[in-house]
Amino acid sequence: MLLIRCPYCEEERPELEFRNAGEAHIARSTDIAGESDDDFEKFFFIRSNPKGIIYERWRHMHGCARFFNAVRDTVTDKFVMTYKAGEPKPAKLPGVAK
Amino acid sequence: MSGAFRIPRAGRLSQAKTARFSFDGQSYTGIEGDTLASALLANGVHLVGRSFKYHRPRGFLSAGAEEPNALVQIVRDGARKTPNVRATVQELYDGLAANSQNRWPSLSFDVGAVNDLASPMFSAGFYYKTFMWPKAAWKSFYEPKIREAAGLGVSPDKPDPDHYSSRYAHCDVLVLGGGAAGLAAALAAAETGVRVILADEQAEFGGSLRFETGARIDGQDGFAWAQAAIARLSAMDNVRVLPRTTAFGYYAQNFVGLVERVSDHLKAPGHDLPRERLWQVRAKRVVLASGAIERHMVFANNDRPGIMLAGAARTFLNQYGVAVGRNIGVYTANDSAYAAAIDLKKAGVNIAAIVDLRDNPTGPVIDEARALGIEINFGRAVIRAGGKLRVSSMTVQPKNGGGERTISVDAILMSAGWTPSVHLFSQSRGKVAFNDETKRFVPGTYAQDCVSVGACNGTDGLSATVDEAYAAGAKAAKDAGAKTAKGAKPKVDASESWSRGMLGAAPGAGPDTTVKAFVDFQNDVTAKDIRQAVHEGMRSIEHVKRFTTNGMATDQGKTSNMHGLAIAAETLGKPIPEVGLTTFRAPYTPVTFGAIVSHARGPLFDPTRKTATHPWAEAQGAVFEDVGQWKRAWYFPKAGEDMHAAVDRECVAVRTTAGLFDASTLGKIEVVGPDAAKFMELLYTNPWEKLEPGRCRYGIMLREDGFIYDDGVVGRLAPDRFHVTTTTGGAPRVMNHMEDYLQTEFPHLNVWLTSITEQWAVIAVQGPKSRDIIAPLVEGIDMSDEALPHMSVREGKICGVPTRLFRMSFTGERGFEVNVPADYGQAVWEALWAEGQKHGATAYGTESMHVLRAEKGYIIVGQDTDGTVTPNDAGLDWAVGKKKTDFVGIRGMARPDLVAKGRKQLVGLKTKDPKVVLEEGAQIVEDPKQAIPMKMIGHVTSSYWSQNCGRSIALALVAGGRDRMGDTLYVPMPNGVIEVEVTGMVFFDETGGRLNG
Repeated sequence: MLLIRCPYCEEERPELEFRNAGEAHIARSTDIAGESDDDFEKFFFIRSNPKGIIYERWRHMHGCARFFNAVRDTVTDKFVMTYKAGEPKPAKLPGVAK
Repeated sequence: MSGAFRIPRAGRLSQAKTARFSFDGQSYTGIEGDTLASALLANGVHLVGRSFKYHRPRGFLSAGAEEPNALVQIVRDGARKTPNVRATVQELYDGLAANSQNRWPSLSFDVGAVNDLASPMFSAGFYYKTFMWPKAAWKSFYEPKIREAAGLGVSPDKPDPDHYSSRYAHCDVLVLGGGAAGLAAALAAAETGVRVILADEQAEFGGSLRFETGARIDGQDGFAWAQAAIARLSAMDNVRVLPRTTAFGYYAQNFVGLVERVSDHLKAPGHDLPRERLWQVRAKRVVLASGAIERHMVFANNDRPGIMLAGAARTFLNQYGVAVGRNIGVYTANDSAYAAAIDLKKAGVNIAAIVDLRDNPTGPVIDEARALGIEINFGRAVIRAGGKLRVSSMTVQPKNGGGERTISVDAILMSAGWTPSVHLFSQSRGKVAFNDETKRFVPGTYAQDCVSVGACNGTDGLSATVDEAYAAGAKAAKDAGAKTAKGAKPKVDASESWSRGMLGAAPGAGPDTTVKAFVDFQNDVTAKDIRQAVHEGMRSIEHVKRFTTNGMATDQGKTSNMHGLAIAAETLGKPIPEVGLTTFRAPYTPVTFGAIVSHARGPLFDPTRKTATHPWAEAQGAVFEDVGQWKRAWYFPKAGEDMHAAVDRECVAVRTTAGLFDASTLGKIEVVGPDAAKFMELLYTNPWEKLEPGRCRYGIMLREDGFIYDDGVVGRLAPDRFHVTTTTGGAPRVMNHMEDYLQTEFPHLNVWLTSITEQWAVIAVQGPKSRDIIAPLVEGIDMSDEALPHMSVREGKICGVPTRLFRMSFTGERGFEVNVPADYGQAVWEALWAEGQKHGATAYGTESMHVLRAEKGYIIVGQDTDGTVTPNDAGLDWAVGKKKTDFVGIRGMARPDLVAKGRKQLVGLKTKDPKVVLEEGAQIVEDPKQAIPMKMIGHVTSSYWSQNCGRSIALALVAGGRDRMGDTLYVPMPNGVIEVEVTGMVFFDETGGRLNG
């Protein structure tokens, strides 16, 4: 069972308290009704599914109930870092060589 | 004397404390502290089981958790019949009753042993080759027969009467294994003051110090030192000592699962004791001190009862005071078997001969054995064992061929060397590395904050082990935050020498013979099977493993993996590391379901939710149905009524007088704040800004893909306050969906969401008399049609308690839903019920609710929709705000496929024969005479007998349904084809006049 740091509660809590909510940093268009089929397809259906670093959303379901963002390595399952919803993608990841 | 093979003054048990036990009905006497294995051996019993496939007689191979053969059934009473218990692990208690498994009619005469003679049929992969045709026979014939004949013990046939417990624990340093290494590491860590947990699978700590008579630490005999060490640790407040506790799984971030056997060793476990306790430990650092497991020699008939690992025989002697024979042969490829021979010889047991595969080994144990007068044969192999139910001889030959010599024996001790137990390390995702010199896989690259010490790390010698372990324990404590270290490293004064052994098949196993030289005892895999797998094209060890089933039994190949790998590598002509090791997976040893499930069974498996009126409904004799976690009243049968009759009566009563229905399980969410209306505009298809406070609207919620996600009536209580209802099953996910958008897409909106499902009890009063029933109890609300029209909501009081009174209808009749604080739910229900009795009202359940709404064509999301239905498909286009520029799903709904012609649309169906009720889920076709497989154009989503309509009614999703009004379609069923007519969805009161009736 993983330990996940909630950026709102500011502590590590067991995985059981959290729920994954899919890939992060996929913004919903403010003019979604006017989007082309291709753009909507990209927004709604296409996900990166990387081997390695993934940016994803989690919810501290059985805690503060806040959604937040996390950086996780899909190979080791390890969380690199977490940060609040709405914050930009971190420019530099701790401990990850690029 | 507890058994003829008990050696006076040998072992550590008190011979005075006897315990009676039985095996296959025969009574024996053992000693407290025995295992079932040592007690049986003390009585000269070696034959304890039959093998899995060939039904060959089997005895004890080991003295511990790696035991593949000696699996027995322990019977405490009618419900407590535990199968597949390793007799080498089961501690003896007075009155213990055990039975052998997988034999009929008896252990010494087993009919299934015919498989042994027919074994050419059963070679590697035979399941895959033999039982292929005919295909259908696998499930009905082959599989049940194979399961009956090949097998383990019999599962208990009654519910488990024992209870189990579960604990979470945190510590700084978790030490797994309580031998010399584990104890030294635990001492080093504990002395710094950090929190330490030390676990060992045995009842007594000490590991190999239990049999190593040559070890001396801190001036004491090794075992005595271990007991002193454990006493010291147990007395420390920062240490938890767990004997009889197996670490079975190593998971992410140093999360380790352990199972503690709390009471299986007790004669009469108190009712307050759990049988087992599951520990889920999160450790800052883990020290793995899991030791090593001895390997057997691979030669013909090496599975005969009486043939066992040398270390096991030594444990039986030095711990339990039991000689495993009177005239014992030894077959070895390393030094440690000599120590066993020496100990037995000194205890007065004859050692017939030591056969050593090595050419000219030297060392102190060899000298000592020679000095004791034991015959030693170097460069020779035991090529076969004689005897059937018990070994009677060993046949010896120079390893490169030559004259045979047969030596009479009643037991053979064997040792091919020791395999480091890297199971937990490997489970932690660490990568093992092959040491070519010692022919061992040892921990290589670590993936987690753990360290391996002692034999499991490939460290030889007690002195080096204790040094390494003590240093590792101290470092683990420091890494976990320890500030100071005090205490002294244990000093090893004397130890035994270790040496490496051999891997793979010994000369007696082939390569070209047809003999049975077992590699995996539990799955009956021989050296020949592994060679055959390679010859048949298996190249990867993972394929060899699956084809032969080597290492796939409940012992997970603890003794067999390395031999199997070496034989495969040799046959392939490749070095061992290139062939690779199979993956170790949890659990290390089998874990009971009881320990994993713990208290989460029966009513505690999942929470049961009951509404406020549940006791009333129960008293009325309601039949309940499960809806998610809820218990809902399904129908209220009167005396003599079946479900059909009860539902007919309830449905008619609602439309002629009135009915009361508990709708409390509907999800309820309060949407509050200055931007509440804006938020509602974005989450629902409907327009909300212009809805006046005090009015209600039926809302549809979509997912971003444009499909219906949920629906429900929403009341606007105030400009900034909406009372939203959701489907019963949808409440949590709708709340999550709303929170998701509010927090991440529309965080600029000033809105609060609160689940109020459990706060409000909801009593639906529906029918022409509904207002007459409610009005006398209501204060402060004008109940006239002008003041409270259909689809409106008022706050006031009923029976003196606050209410949110909705005028709304899920039946098509004049109707109300009375929301009151849940604590008053039953009292208000009873008051309404009393009023209702004056008007002939009835209580109705969920079944009638379903029928009544279907008569009106009201859909149920999740029944009439399935996640691929758009508002247009469901005939709900009117509920989509045409002028809106944004809401969740607005773009998805416009996708080409979702606006294409020919989509499945919700329609009504009337069977041509009004008495026939369609089956929900039944498929619909255009032409019933077409060839099978027919083209299915839709399916029935809802179908009921409607007493109010005097006929059956159904809703269905049909391709292009709304263009087929009046058409005849067909529903093919096993008993014939049913003719149906496509109709509108409203079957009763099409004009809707009754809403104000």
